[in-house]
Amino acid sequence: MKIKVKWALLTMIFTIATVLTGCEPLLVLDPKGPQAKTQADDIMLSIWLMSGIVIVVLAILVFVLIKYRASKQSDDYEPPHIEGSLLVEAICIGIPVIIVIFLSFVSVKSNYEVEATPAGYEDTKPLIVYASSSNWKWHFSYPEEDIETVNYLYIPAGRAIEFKLYSYGPITSFWIPQLGGQKYAMADMVTTLHLAADNPGELQGRNANFSGAGFAKNTFEVTAMSPTEFDEWVEEVHETAEPLTEEKFDELLEPGHLGRSTYTGTHLEFSPAPEHDHGSTESDSSHTKVESDHENHESSNSDEESDHANH
Amino acid sequence: MDFFDRFAVPHPSFLIYASMVGIGLTMLAIVLGITYFKKWGYLWREWITTVDHKRIGIMYLLVALLMLFRGGVDAVMMRYQLSMPDNTFLDSQHYNEVFTTHGIVMILFMAMPFITFFFNYLIPLQIGARDVAFPRLNALSFWLFFMGMGLFNISFIVGGSPDAGWTSYFPLANNEFSPSVGTNYYMIAIQIAGLGTMISGINFITTILKMRAPGMKLMKMPMFTWSAFIANVIVVFAFPVLTVLLAMGTMDRLFGTNFFTTDNGGMDMLWANLFWVWGHPEVYILILPAFGLYSEIIATFARRNLYGYKSMVASMVVISVFSFLVWTHHFFTMGQGAFTNSIFSITTMAIAIPTGVKIFNWLFTLWKGKIVFTTPMLYSMLFIPLFTLGGVTGVMLAMSAADYQYHNTMFLVAHFHNVIIPGVVYAMIAGLTFYWPKMFGFMLNERIGKWTAWLMSVGFVLAFIPMYITGLDGQARRMYTYSESTGFSMLNMVSFIGAGIMAISFALLVYNIYYSIRYASRDIGNDPWDARSLEWATHTPVPEYNFAITPQVASTQAFWDAKKNGHELFKGKIEKIHMPNNSGWPFILGCIFFVFGFAMVFSIWPLAIVTLIGILGCLVYRSFEKDHGRYISVEEIEETEAKLRGAKK
Ligand code: HEM
Ligand SMILES: [Cu+2]
Ligand SMILES: [Cu+2]
Repeated sequence: MKIKVKWALLTMIFTIATVLTGCEPLLVLDPKGPQAKTQADDIMLSIWLMSGIVIVVLAILVFVLIKYRASKQSDDYEPPHIEGSLLVEAICIGIPVIIVIFLSFVSVKSNYEVEATPAGYEDTKPLIVYASSSNWKWHFSYPEEDIETVNYLYIPAGRAIEFKLYSYGPITSFWIPQLGGQKYAMADMVTTLHLAADNPGELQGRNANFSGAGFAKNTFEVTAMSPTEFDEWVEEVHETAEPLTEEKFDELLEPGHLGRSTYTGTHLEFSPAPEHDHGSTESDSSHTKVESDHENHESSNSDEESDHANH
Repeated sequence: MDFFDRFAVPHPSFLIYASMVGIGLTMLAIVLGITYFKKWGYLWREWITTVDHKRIGIMYLLVALLMLFRGGVDAVMMRYQLSMPDNTFLDSQHYNEVFTTHGIVMILFMAMPFITFFFNYLIPLQIGARDVAFPRLNALSFWLFFMGMGLFNISFIVGGSPDAGWTSYFPLANNEFSPSVGTNYYMIAIQIAGLGTMISGINFITTILKMRAPGMKLMKMPMFTWSAFIANVIVVFAFPVLTVLLAMGTMDRLFGTNFFTTDNGGMDMLWANLFWVWGHPEVYILILPAFGLYSEIIATFARRNLYGYKSMVASMVVISVFSFLVWTHHFFTMGQGAFTNSIFSITTMAIAIPTGVKIFNWLFTLWKGKIVFTTPMLYSMLFIPLFTLGGVTGVMLAMSAADYQYHNTMFLVAHFHNVIIPGVVYAMIAGLTFYWPKMFGFMLNERIGKWTAWLMSVGFVLAFIPMYITGLDGQARRMYTYSESTGFSMLNMVSFIGAGIMAISFALLVYNIYYSIRYASRDIGNDPWDARSLEWATHTPVPEYNFAITPQVASTQAFWDAKKNGHELFKGKIEKIHMPNNSGWPFILGCIFFVFGFAMVFSIWPLAIVTLIGILGCLVYRSFEKDHGRYISVEEIEETEAKLRGAKK
């Protein structure tokens, strides 16, 4: 009877898994760029390997449970005293050690891949985008194009993108699952995330790290487009959008949710990114001038907010 | 008026008011009941002032079960909220409070007291001692823990619950983003409870090192005692970090320091680092004693000695060291670069090796055994495959590049519930069922027990396996709702059904206790499971002095040897026994701590200063107090022994 329940359980898991994953590929396993591809490959590899381990353990377990259950044995059977054997235990350590060594190689290799310019796009000049979060929005500044957007992100497909992440508030985590894994955005430093989209398309992005009441809806839309379309869009913005003023930006920073909006100029000019650059394996010097031409370190806004908290 | 305003709940809702009324009525009923049955004196003499490790253990158990209920209600509310897209059962603020308190309650106020219950109840019995090394300190540990728990739990009716997650990352947890007193409760209540845990860590280490029965070398200790020893060593190394961390957090919130601020030289990442320097060892503090319990149970019901005793011990030692070398895996995504991530990725995967060794040793313990499927054994057999699944997903998370995708998603949530529920919770219930007859003199019903185990496992699988899938589909953790278009709703509904089934299984556990109290046989002897270690060698119920004569030990399973191989456990004759006196001091000190904590939470400085002086006064008083304990005379012991021997005829 117990065996039956176990099988029932297993079939249940299986059907759930197949029925629900069958219809549409899971976001993370449906990569649209080289970084996400690396990660999806690692994930699939480890799923297979780990399933193997689970199945082996389960098989041994079922085997010993069936073979050595008391109801199958004579009443006077006395189980022997077995201390343990060096050989058996060496094997039990050896096999996991080999698996771990193998996975370590894969892991280290992938680490260096995801922390570098995406494979295949090394010779493109990366597009620099400063992605900063505020409660509960994302601000995307394109310093070289000299434009800024809120809650939506346009990127050229087929070109490396280097995101410079930081936050006007709690720690957030910038995540576009189909382009690659997430990275934290923090208030006192800039982190770097390398992504690229292989083809044009619509993607979802969000803050993945809990940041308070508005967290669930702290999302943004990503559109990857051909480089020419991207250039056209930049031009169009320059023709149509309002410039981003300091007052306007302070307004945008107020806690709450906003729809999309678009500006010319970036907030980096009057409210620069934190100076401390952290963990970027490839430091690109072309954009540092944007960071350095500022004198006031603290944004006027954070003063306002702390007053607000002291009431 | 202003003064009282701050005690109001900042985000009231019908549910909160209803539970206020419910709690109020329950308290009233309890107080009236105790008064009506004239039990105040009994409570004070036998429980509140007790220094007996067994009674203190049982009080820990009661708190743990109560908190399991509280945390469970939180869990079902969350699962219900997420079972449908755009559900409005909880709003964002309440959802945030619920998952925050769920995490803290389950880890610190459910799992921790549950393992401390086993430490208290079992360590002295397993090593053949009469009590712990410092019985009065042990009572203090309990009362500090209890008061911390109490303080934390009143937060949701007085002033508001914390809402920044159980990890409480700064700057989210600072005054700017978490202005309510909720996070003060977090900082101060956990501090007080944590002090209790640290003190008991020292106590148990001393007990195990100093009070073992003659002949019990370290390598002859039962496996649970070994696991408890190592877990408590980790406690002593890890909890000071928590103490310092919470003190710094308290100062940032109450006194305007800048440890974790984002300007003025503070560093928010420092919180995350210190939190996990404590937090990762903490998860091993929970799992190691669980491993110990499984080792006892599996050996008992395989009717065999534990396979690979030495490698079991060695693997725990390795785990304890490594548990301090992996904390960064909780934030691979903080931007520390490929090199740092690679190091911590490897150390994290390495920890799976000793864990795997333990799994294999359990499997080999079953080998050539004579396996009896009792309820505790059933839990252990369900534990092995389910925990293995949780362990291997841990290895998946340890691959740092891939973790960029798992981190902060339901996949991670699935992982840690997958290790904590089959790992820790099953062990607690299996251990409870296993030791229930020793504690209360009757067994829990086996049939209901097995139903509970199966139901819990079905519920578990339905509740948590879907999260692996939605995690990979991009469902972030801690989202209070999602829209229809995400496609998460079906699996989240499955998850809710699973949570419901788990809730039913816990109700069944309670029913089992009720049923067994009414119907179970009281005639079960001292050793109903045919077990192997010393705790079964004494009477049921265990007399306050545990063993009339200190047992002699010659192997890892002394009692088994006594039963099967003619080993003589009790040599010599009964002598008078020295026992500690009861004391109200730990309770009173605990109460003052409670008031002090409350004053700190609400920044009522005069009260904080007065109670602080009270605390110091209590400590001074204690250090001048002379209490040499008392003796139980030989006649008294013989009388008790005769009665206990007669009782189980
Ligand atoms: C086989 C060994 C294990 C490995 C390799 C492992 C690995 C990991 C990793 C890498 C993370 C962080 C993932 C992330 O945040 O993205 C994690 C989180 C976690 N693990 Fe494990 N783990 C193991 C066993 C355990 C055990 C035995 C427990 C508890 C009894 C546990 C409890 C947790 C908890 C509570 C968290 C996350 C807490 C949070 O973020 O709120 N793990 N684990
Ligand atoms: Cu830094
Ligand atoms: Cu960890």
